[in-house]
Amino acid sequence: MPPKKKSDLAISVEEGMEVDATDSGSEDEARRRSRNRRVKPQRKVKCVSDDDEDEEEDEAPRKRGRKKRAKPQDSDEDDEEDKRSVKNKGSKAPRSRAAKVEREDDSEDERETKKKAGKAVPKKEKEEKNLEKKGNVKGKEEKEKDAEKNKKKKKGKLSSSSSDSSSSDSAEESLSEGEIEALKEQVEEKKQLIATLRNKPWRMKRRLLMLKEAQDFVEKFEGALGKGKGRKFYAFKVMMTKKLIKFKRDFENFKTACIPWERKIKEVESHFGSSVASYFIFLRWMYTLNLVLFGFQFGLVVLPEIMMGLPYGSIPRKTVPREEQATAMDLSVLLDFGGYSQYSFLFYGYYNNEKMIGLLKFRLPLSYLLVGIGIFGYSLMVVIKSMARNANEGGDGSDEGDFIFSWKMFTSWDYLIGNPETADNKYASITTSFKESIVDEQENQKDENIHLRRFLRVLANFLILWCLGGSGYLIYFVVKRGQMFAQMNKEDLTWFQKNEVEFVMSLLGLVCPPLFETIAELEDYHPRIALKWQLGRIFALFLGNLYTFLFALFDDVNEKLQNEKLIKNATEWALQEYQANYTAYFNTTAVPPQVVNPADVIRGPCWETAVGIEFMKLTVSDIQVAYLMILIGDFGRAVLVRFLNYCWCWDLEAGFPSYAEFAISDNVLGLVFNQGMIWMGAFYAPGLVGLNILRLLSSMYYQSWAVMACNIPHERVFKASRSNNFYMGLLLLVLFLSLLPVVYTIMTMSPSFDCGPFSGQDKMYNVVMDTINQDLPSFISNIFSYATNPGVIMPAVLLMVLAIYYLNSVSKGYQQANKDLKKKMQIARDEEKNRRNNKDSTNQVMKDLEDLLPNKSLIPPPAEEEEETPIDVVVSKGKKSLKTKQGAKQDGVNLERDVSLAAPNPRAPVTHGPRPRERPPVNTRGPLPGPGRGRGRGGPPR
Amino acid sequence: MGNKQTTFTEEQLEAYQDCTYFTRKEILRLHSRYRELAPHLVPLDYTNSPDIRVPLTLIVTMPELKENPFRDRIVETFSEDGLGNLSFNDFVDMFSALCETSPRELKTIYAFKIYDFNRDNFICKEDLKKTLNKLTKGDLTSEEVALVCDKAIEEADLDGDSKLSFADFENMISKAPDFLSNFHIRI
Repeated sequence: MPPKKKSDLAISVEEGMEVDATDSGSEDEARRRSRNRRVKPQRKVKCVSDDDEDEEEDEAPRKRGRKKRAKPQDSDEDDEEDKRSVKNKGSKAPRSRAAKVEREDDSEDERETKKKAGKAVPKKEKEEKNLEKKGNVKGKEEKEKDAEKNKKKKKGKLSSSSSDSSSSDSAEESLSEGEIEALKEQVEEKKQLIATLRNKPWRMKRRLLMLKEAQDFVEKFEGALGKGKGRKFYAFKVMMTKKLIKFKRDFENFKTACIPWERKIKEVESHFGSSVASYFIFLRWMYTLNLVLFGFQFGLVVLPEIMMGLPYGSIPRKTVPREEQATAMDLSVLLDFGGYSQYSFLFYGYYNNEKMIGLLKFRLPLSYLLVGIGIFGYSLMVVIKSMARNANEGGDGSDEGDFIFSWKMFTSWDYLIGNPETADNKYASITTSFKESIVDEQENQKDENIHLRRFLRVLANFLILWCLGGSGYLIYFVVKRGQMFAQMNKEDLTWFQKNEVEFVMSLLGLVCPPLFETIAELEDYHPRIALKWQLGRIFALFLGNLYTFLFALFDDVNEKLQNEKLIKNATEWALQEYQANYTAYFNTTAVPPQVVNPADVIRGPCWETAVGIEFMKLTVSDIQVAYLMILIGDFGRAVLVRFLNYCWCWDLEAGFPSYAEFAISDNVLGLVFNQGMIWMGAFYAPGLVGLNILRLLSSMYYQSWAVMACNIPHERVFKASRSNNFYMGLLLLVLFLSLLPVVYTIMTMSPSFDCGPFSGQDKMYNVVMDTINQDLPSFISNIFSYATNPGVIMPAVLLMVLAIYYLNSVSKGYQQANKDLKKKMQIARDEEKNRRNNKDSTNQVMKDLEDLLPNKSLIPPPAEEEEETPIDVVVSKGKKSLKTKQGAKQDGVNLERDVSLAAPNPRAPVTHGPRPRERPPVNTRGPLPGPGRGRGRGGPPR
Repeated sequence: MGNKQTTFTEEQLEAYQDCTYFTRKEILRLHSRYRELAPHLVPLDYTNSPDIRVPLTLIVTMPELKENPFRDRIVETFSEDGLGNLSFNDFVDMFSALCETSPRELKTIYAFKIYDFNRDNFICKEDLKKTLNKLTKGDLTSEEVALVCDKAIEEADLDGDSKLSFADFENMISKAPDFLSNFHIRI
C-alpha cells in the first residue's frame, strides 16, 4: 500500500470523531454519525476520500465481499489518481443523462477530464452512503462491525501509527467472546481467500497484494486469538495447519519433480499437437501402473522365493532335467524361454509349495495367490478411478450438435502446437472442417446414390467379417499345429515351426489393420466415424485372436492334464514298487527315502509354466515386431525418402511414399492389448511384469525418438474421442476379458502335482481355505463357513441385485434432476440477460472482466480494421437504438455504441478500454451540457 | 540454492505459489524463460521486484506461442497496459491461467478476453470474423465467413442481441469437449 502516508492523514482526520464513539450497544449509530461527518471533508478534499477508502480496506476486509463495486477500486487506487477517476467516470457515465450527451460533444478534452475529476467525488460519497445503508440493514454483520470498530479504536489510541502494525496485545483484553467468534470467522474467510486466490481472474499484481494483505491479517489476528487462556489449542491448531500446508506444498513440489519425461512429452506435444502426446501420456500412465504391479509381484513373490526359498538345483522343480542340460545354456534355447530360464523364478513352476519359508515364516503360496488376484484388483481400481476423474473433467456434452460452429471456432485450435508444419496442417484441417460443416449446413441431404453406398457398406462389412473369421481360424490352426510339433523331436523343427504361433499372430496384427483401412475406403464414411469403425474392427481382431489363442491353449492344457495324470500314476507306482522291493529285500518296513538326483526325477508337463512361456514368447515377439516395424516402416522409409529424393524422378517427400504418420489408434490399441497379455500371463509368469516394464521404458524413448525423427504430423487431426476415457474404456474391457480366463483356471483347473506353489493341492484356492481353517482363530473360520453357506450367499446376491437396482434408479433420478436444473438455469440466464440492462447489481465475473482491461492511459491507437466495425454493428443494432447510428458513422465508434447500448446499465461493461482512443472524436461532436460537468451537477440520477 | 545467486526470496516464491498453479521449480524455470527473451533487460535478481516489461514482439517469439494464431491477443490480454508489454508478473499470470491445472472457469474468462478482439466485453461479429480468418488463414471466402459467423451467433447467442456476452460464451464453452484439452500451454 504505497499511499500509507496519506492514509495516516485521513486517519488523523477521523480520529477526533472516532474517539467519542462508545462501544456500547449504540455503536452502530455512532458509527453512522461519524461516517456522515467524515463525508463532508471528503467532498472538499478529494485525496482524503481516496485515502479514506484505502484505509477502509485495511480495516474492513470483510466488507469486501459485500461491496463488490468498491473493491477493485481499492486495490487499484495505489496506482494513480487519474486512472481511478477515469474508471469512476467509466462506470458512472452510463448512469447519468449527461453521458448520453457526452457522445455528441467532441470538443474539449480538458473539459471532460475536469468533469471527471469533479464527478468522482460525489460518486464516492454516494458509495459510502450506500455502504452504510447496507451495513445497517444487515444486522448480522453488526458483530463484525464491532470488531472493526474495535480495531479502529485501537488505531485511534495509537494516534495513527500506520494501522497494520497496531498492537494486538492491547486488543486482547477488549475482545469479547462474540468478537472473537467474528474475528475467527474473518480469519477463516481470509484463509479461504488465500486458498482460492489462484482461481481469481485478477492481475498478478493485485493478487500478490491481496495475498499479502490477507496473510498479514491472518498473521496478526491469529496471534491475537492464540493468546490468553484456553486458546493454546487454537494456536497449536493454527500452527499445525500452517506446517501441514507447507509440507503439502513441498510434497507437491517433490511430486511434480518426480514425474518423468515431462520435457520429452512436451516436445512431442509441440510438434504434433495434443493427440499424439496423449498417446505418450497414456504410455507413461501405463508405465506407472506396471511399476506398481511389478512392486507387488517382485516384492511379495519373487524376492521372498529367491532370498528365503530353496536354492536352484535343490529340488526337481528348480532343476533342469538331465536330458535338457546339454542345451540348457544355449542362447537360442534361452531366448525361447527353455533351459535355465524355464526353471527360473520367471515362471510359475519354480516356486515351492512349502507353506512357510524362511525366518519370517512367509507364506509364499498364499502370497502368490493373493498377489495374482491383487494385481487385477489394483488395476481395476486404478482404471476406474482415472476414468471417473476424466469423466469429471470433460464437459457434459449433453447438447452435442448445438454448437457446431461455435465450438469449431473457439476450441479447435490446439494451443500446444509449436511446430510450423503441424500448425499448417492444423490450419488446413480446420479450414476443411469448416468447409465440411458449411456444406452440411447448406444441403443436409445429398445422397445421390444411396443404394450403391449401402451395397458397398454391406460388402465392406462382409469382407471384414470374413477377414476376422479367417484370422481366427488361422490362429486356431497354427496353435493346433504347434501342439503337434511340440510332440515331435525338437531338433527336427525349423525356427519357423517353433515360433509359428507368435509369428502368425504378429503378422495378422500387422497386415489386418491396413487391410481394414483399405476396405473401409469402400464405405465412404466421415473420417471421424471411419476412425471409430476402424478402432472397433482392430479391437475385434485382436480380441478374437487372443481368445482363439486362449481356447487352443486350453485344449492343450487339458491334454497336458491327462498326460500328467498318467505320469503321476506312473511315479506313484514306481515309488510303491520301490518300497515293496525294498521291504522284500531288506525285510524291514523302515524304508529310507529314495535318493535320486533332482535332475533325474520323472516330472509332469507342468502346464502352468507352459502357459507362462506362451505368454512370454507372445510378448517378446510382439515387442520385436513392433520395434522392427518402427525401424523399417518409419525410419527406413524416412531415410529412403529423404536420400533417394535427390535422384528420383518425382518428389518423394510430397508425393507417393512420403513420410509415415504416427498412427495413434493402432499404437494405443497395441499398448492396450499388450497390457491384456500381461494381466493374463502374470499369474503364470511372475517375470512378465518385469519384462513389460522394460518394454514400456524402452518404447518411451524409442518411440519418442522415432516420432520426432521420422514421422510427420497428421494431415487431418481427429481425436479418437472427447477424452482419454475411450482408451480407458478399452483398457477396462480388456482387463475384464483377461480376468476371466485367469479366474477360471484358478477356480476350476487342478494345479500340477509337481511344480508351482500350489502343487499337491486339489484346487489353487485351497491355500486360502487352509489358511483360514488352520492358522486363523477358529471363530473366523466359523464365520467363513457361515458366509460360504448357500443360505447366506443367495440373500447376499439378492441384496446386491437390489442395491444395484436402487442405485441405478437413484442415478437416473439425479440425471433427471440435473436436466431439470440445467433447463432452469437456462431460463434464469435468459431472464437475467433480459433484465441485465436495467440492473445495477452485477456479477463478480463481469466486474473482474472489466478489471482486466488494460491500463486506460496506455491503450494503443485503434487498428485500421476496426473502422468498419460500426457499420455492421449498426445493422445488427439498428432496431435497438437509433441513436447509435449517428455515432456509428464516425470512425472508431465502437465504444460509443457500447455506451449507448449500455446506457441503461450502470455497469457499462465495455466502456473504458477503447475510450481513450476515441476521446478526441468524441469531444468534437458537440458541447457538453453544463449539468454534466463538475460537481455542480449533483448526484447521478438513480 | 547453494552459492547460486538468488532470483527470488523464499517469501516471493511462496507468494507466487499461492497465486498460481506452479511449483517453485516451475516458477524459477519461468523466470529463466522470461530472462532468455531479453537477457539485457531482465535482471537475474528479482528480489526487489523491479518493474520491467518485455515487449510483445519478443514474447511472441517463444516457441510456445510462435505458431499460435492468437498469440498477439493472448499477450495483449495478459499485459497490464494492453499493449502486450509483459512484466514478469503478467508473464507468470499468463502461463498460470493457461496451464493444465487451472480450472475451466478461469480459462473461460481468459478465453473470452482473448477472442474479444476489440475489447468491448462482447464477442461481436467482427471478433468472430477475425477469429475465423486467423484460424483458417483467410482460406474461406467472405460469404463462407459470414455464414459461419451467423451460424455461430445463432447457436450461442441466448439473448438475441446478435453478439456473444460472457454468459453466452461461458454457456457455450462449458459444454465443449475439447476446450480444456486444447486451451492450454505447457511451459
